Amino acid sequence: MLDVADLHAAYGRILALKGITLRVETGEITALVGGNGAGKTTLLRCLSGVHPVKSGRVTFHGDEITAFPAHARVAAGIAQSPEGRQVFGPLSVEDNLRLGAFRRGRADTEAGLDRVYGMFDILKTKRHLQAAGLSGGQQQMLAIGRALMSGPRLLLLDEPSMGLAPLLVDQILAAVVALKAQGVTVLLVEQNASAALSIADRGYVIETGRIAHSGTGLALLHDPAVREAYLGV
Amino acid sequence: MPELLQFLVSGLTIGAVYALVALGFTLIHNASDVVNFAQGEFVMLGGMVTVFATAAGIPLPLAALLAIAVAVLVGLALHRLAIEPARGASAVTLIIITIGASIFLRGVAQIVFDKRFHQLPGFSGNDPIMVLGAAILPQSFWVLGGALIVFCGLFLFLERTLMGKAVLATAANRLAARLVGVDTSFVLALSFGLSAAIGALAGILITPITLTSFDVGTLLALKGFAAAMLGGMGSPLGAVVGGLVLGLLEALGAGYVSSAYKDAVAFLVILAVLFSMPQGLFGHRSVERV
Repeated sequence: MLDVADLHAAYGRILALKGITLRVETGEITALVGGNGAGKTTLLRCLSGVHPVKSGRVTFHGDEITAFPAHARVAAGIAQSPEGRQVFGPLSVEDNLRLGAFRRGRADTEAGLDRVYGMFDILKTKRHLQAAGLSGGQQQMLAIGRALMSGPRLLLLDEPSMGLAPLLVDQILAAVVALKAQGVTVLLVEQNASAALSIADRGYVIETGRIAHSGTGLALLHDPAVREAYLGV
Repeated sequence: MPELLQFLVSGLTIGAVYALVALGFTLIHNASDVVNFAQGEFVMLGGMVTVFATAAGIPLPLAALLAIAVAVLVGLALHRLAIEPARGASAVTLIIITIGASIFLRGVAQIVFDKRFHQLPGFSGNDPIMVLGAAILPQSFWVLGGALIVFCGLFLFLERTLMGKAVLATAANRLAARLVGVDTSFVLALSFGLSAAIGALAGILITPITLTSFDVGTLLALKGFAAAMLGGMGSPLGAVVGGLVLGLLEALGAGYVSSAYKDAVAFLVILAVLFSMPQGLFGHRSVERV
């Protein structure tokens, strides 16, 4: 579904991505794990078109989208729940969700709201409150819900477990698995490698801007090198 | 008592104009962090184009529409030719670009129009209406009514339409706005166009009272900026309140202290407010749970 070939990206003169090649298969959860500053967030920003690509190609459903502006990628079916949630703080929960469907019609928006409220009923309870007043876990649900509102074929999730209590992490990951069951393809970026790999069909380990290991989620979980570097065992 | 009423009405009238200019600052600042010091030039264009168009025999309503259209075109060109190419530059750089643009526009206006002061007749005549002993120009009602329509229209746009929400979302979090598919550079162009239209309307409405000339925008931009700061830069409601308060302070200062010190009185109060509340009257203190 998504093919990334030899992608390079930089911040000023510092290369953050030094030739990333990876593949996300339709209907799967693909995990991308790695330490702080490895380039995970930069890669997702490149995929969403909010960070410039220096060289390389991104292909989505056979169409090259490397030069697409951000709004065209949302329309093409790629949505992102960004690192740090990035909810629209002063706006209400429901307005945040409606903006997630900015590129869609009214009927799709209402159907999307039902779907998101069905998944995260706490958002329905708090739909008239300011998003800034939600707890961290609720903001994370809102960020994922907002991304789902665009009706994406590919959902990019950047560190959904960051800063959350273990119980909430489980709840968020269960939601990701449920999304897969609904047919949404997911690219999941995580520092919490064991959690991400345990639900992933396929995984990539990124180190200082390069893919260091790849394989099925299960294989990576049991790979001694990955275990030592990222799983703390 | 009649004189207090007199001061209040003239304060509210000029304050409404400051509020409109401050709204222009707020819209563009929210969409881009740019403080657009060419805002006053939109006001100048509104007044000057209307004056010259009516002098050329075009009826006033058409001339006013033409003036707004010219200002919007200039605003869009300012965005397209001066702000958009410098995308990614620091806010300070962009602010200096707008100062340059404002000097440029004033220079062009000086050549295209002239260097004299101009007047428009009051839209409903120039005979004051006596209310409780105070003489009120009918044009004051035009200014207040026009400002009220703009405030309500802008409020409905921002609060009731998805595009308006997208403008607010862009102000709150530009990255997230782009990620949900908002074309933020369109939002920025829209903000420049709207600000220009609002500024031009202010210029058209106030010209029968205060006269206009090619350099009338400088002081108005300064006052509008002060009003926006007083209200809390970024808050549309703050811009309106800040503008009205500034206008009232000036009028009361001129009436009860001395007209020579009216600006000093106004700015002293602003300094006092900002010393005690640096975020302005309606500025948002950032309390967000993370």
